[in-house]
Amino acid sequence: MSPIHRRRVAAAVGVVMLTATACSTLEDTDGSDDPGGTVVLVTHDSFAVSKELLAEFEESTGLTVETRASGDAGSLVNQLVLSKDAPLGDAVYGIDNAFASRAVSAGILEPYASPGATDLVAGLAFDDTSRLTPVDYGDVCINVDREWFADHDIPEPQTFDDLAEPAYENLLVVTDPATSSPGLAWLLATVDAYDEDWTDYWARLRDNGVRVSDSWSDAYFTDFSGAEGDGSRPLVLSYASSPPYTVARGGDEPPTRAMLDTCFRQVEYAGVLAGAENPEGAQQLIDFMLSQPFQRDIPQKMYVYPAVSETPLPPEWERFGPLADDPYQVSPAAIDAYREEWIRQWTATVVD
Amino acid sequence: MDRNGSRLTAAGYALTAIVPLAFLGLFFAWPVASIIGRGFVADGALDLSAFSEVMARERTWRIIGFTVAQATAGTALAVLLGLPGAYVLYRLRFPGRTAARALVTVPFVLPTVVVGVAFRSLLVEGGAVGSLGADGTFGAVVAALVFFNYAVVVRTVGSMWAHLDPRPEQTARALGASPWRAFREVTLPALTPAIASAASLVFLFCATAFGTVLVLGGLGYRTVETEIWVQTTQFLDLRTAAVLSVVQLGVVAGSLALAAWSRRRREVALRLRAGATDDHLVRRCDLPLVAFTTVVVGGLIVTPLTSLVLRSLRTPEGWGLGNYTNLATTGSRDALEVTVWRAALTSLRIAVDATWIAMTVGVLIAFLLSRRPRQPAARRTIGVLDGLFMLPLGVSAVTVGFGFLITLNRPPVDLRSSIVLVPIAQALVAIPLVIRTLLPVLRAVDQRLRDAAAVLGANPRWVFTAVDLPVLGRSLGLAVGFCFAVSLGEFGATSFLSRPDRPTLPVVIFRLIGQPGTGNLGMALAASVVLAMLTTGVIAVAERLRVHSAGADL
Repeated sequence: MSPIHRRRVAAAVGVVMLTATACSTLEDTDGSDDPGGTVVLVTHDSFAVSKELLAEFEESTGLTVETRASGDAGSLVNQLVLSKDAPLGDAVYGIDNAFASRAVSAGILEPYASPGATDLVAGLAFDDTSRLTPVDYGDVCINVDREWFADHDIPEPQTFDDLAEPAYENLLVVTDPATSSPGLAWLLATVDAYDEDWTDYWARLRDNGVRVSDSWSDAYFTDFSGAEGDGSRPLVLSYASSPPYTVARGGDEPPTRAMLDTCFRQVEYAGVLAGAENPEGAQQLIDFMLSQPFQRDIPQKMYVYPAVSETPLPPEWERFGPLADDPYQVSPAAIDAYREEWIRQWTATVVD
Repeated sequence: MDRNGSRLTAAGYALTAIVPLAFLGLFFAWPVASIIGRGFVADGALDLSAFSEVMARERTWRIIGFTVAQATAGTALAVLLGLPGAYVLYRLRFPGRTAARALVTVPFVLPTVVVGVAFRSLLVEGGAVGSLGADGTFGAVVAALVFFNYAVVVRTVGSMWAHLDPRPEQTARALGASPWRAFREVTLPALTPAIASAASLVFLFCATAFGTVLVLGGLGYRTVETEIWVQTTQFLDLRTAAVLSVVQLGVVAGSLALAAWSRRRREVALRLRAGATDDHLVRRCDLPLVAFTTVVVGGLIVTPLTSLVLRSLRTPEGWGLGNYTNLATTGSRDALEVTVWRAALTSLRIAVDATWIAMTVGVLIAFLLSRRPRQPAARRTIGVLDGLFMLPLGVSAVTVGFGFLITLNRPPVDLRSSIVLVPIAQALVAIPLVIRTLLPVLRAVDQRLRDAAAVLGANPRWVFTAVDLPVLGRSLGLAVGFCFAVSLGEFGATSFLSRPDRPTLPVVIFRLIGQPGTGNLGMALAASVVLAMLTTGVIAVAERLRVHSAGADL
């Protein structure tokens, strides 16, 4: 081999090595030197916790928490199922009741009964095997732009049936259940409310000019007339906790409200992943999520309600973000069995 | 050349091929084949029944039809509108030309979620052009696709046009041909390879568009790409996803074959000049094209961008720069883990990595593909490879992302949680762009020049340095600009792979837009404007680099 060719081989090998290690401008740091080791938390994109709280937890346990976001709740569960043989981390947060059954039946979770899980809001527990620990919950409901209805002198709608009335033609925007988690939740609410007739209800909504956007942000910020949106539709699918955020600076009452008779209750769970490298760390992390500081932090950071009963709420939530008294619910087993079928039927009814 | 020498040359080519093949094999072919394979294997045996099942659904055909229709319409329009743009921005000299070139590239890097807000706020009932009733229509999707891809045509064709030898056209004119005839019979054939290159890229981008279709298509519009995403991430129906992935590959391979066929007929050695470009001041006969391009750029690009900038200046307290000063914070109620500036820095660092990876692999591939060996078998191999290297554009980010999950998951390559995967995934998208930018130029180099150099005793590397590189100089800058743009704007794969504590700019924009809280939307829009300016700046610098390195003349 000539010297030049030898040099080329060396260059080729060099490039491959560089590529593989990306010896580059990015240094890869991890906390594996810490005495307690690293615990990897796999979550959906919306996970958030105050930095000080996490730092305190790391200090008191000697653990280093590394988070890994994996898309929305559905994408999160499906990635965990796919990578079951080589788990992505030690603990998971963000599995919701729409995907809980799949997670449990796929065997990606180890049981763990956290001592903090004894005093939870009623109705949140998934089953009695402790594979899934409820951390928070929230209601997905239609939000109303009150100013719009006042300006147009039309009474605000109150019920599911109202939304299909001619008075509310072309006023509602919801999200696609195939691409958005509130969209799926609200589809489930209609399934619970109308049983077998739920597709008829959607046909009525379709005939009444419902708009379907692909994501919550698109619906809320572009189609909705209230909040920060410029849109033309005063009825939007959002959360019971959204109205407090629409209070204008200096204002004292939100210009929007949630229709509490149209809500589906979403519960979010955490769990220890089967095959975790650091199961003890994962358990400590779950205890931490049920601790008072973390629970009190939840409304501020993730806009949902803490699962531990009697956790104090931010004052504006107490006033403007009431939950539904009797939200719609569908059993996780039924959701797991029919989710795809329902979405297909919905698509056939509303889209095709 | 003696036998020994040609054997050495062949060995040299093989070695040059190893790096890109190893890279694409490890980070593309293996993960993609594994995830698609899962869809076709049931209980350890091959099971292709999914094919007949999925293809029997009427819905599948509707989805395929829409995918092809939107990609065809988007490509045709982008080329028709982009050709005059390439002429105006690369052949004419006028003040502010560099800025104008950068401006048309901005859409290419905007995250689709932002384009959704910018475009849709114009289109919705009550928006600036809401009266068109275009919201959620096929037309809206196509307009957005052209908005994104206009720059691909303008830049790819323009850079070729800029250093086309003007003398043949001048001769034709001197011999009495009308400007139109001279263009049609002399210039257009010379540009065809670049147009075919650009068109095949745009077609791939349109056929695999994801966010644009979801946001702007509204109800009922699904493409193969969005359906793969839904089936994979939401339903975990890997069988259906696998069938659709194969269908997508089929569509992509078909379009590539078509592009290769049209290129092959035209790709001839052209007289390219590495020196100063032949641009001229605007003449009277150029005015219609200038006017046309001004209208296109104004309506298609400036209007949505202006609406974006205006909205970024609107704060809860009225008009002002509040959203921009907020970029130094983590958002209302700490919506982010890091400040937006910090994310911008991460984006830039990742872009540097993605760029050198993509340039290394891309230049090697372009070099290989530009050779014209005498043996028919070798020629055919090159033809096939040409298409194969484009495939990363034809495979959805979610397929690659889920493929990473099940392949790169054990030592020595457990990279799933490593941030290294981010630039690698972005480079996968950028590599075909690098190839398509460099290849028309490299192929236009007269083979006789290389042969002459070889006869004079230069080995392939020297030939490359002495003959190809000087011509390539200007296009290398262009390619670097593209790489940066792709990396800075990439969202699909990045959102999968980036770590929450080290997000990129598009990832924080997406997060801000997805959170309630006064001011977060404004901040997201301000961050988008920053992203656009950052990209524009980087591309302007790359343009300068290329003028600089083109100093050598043939």
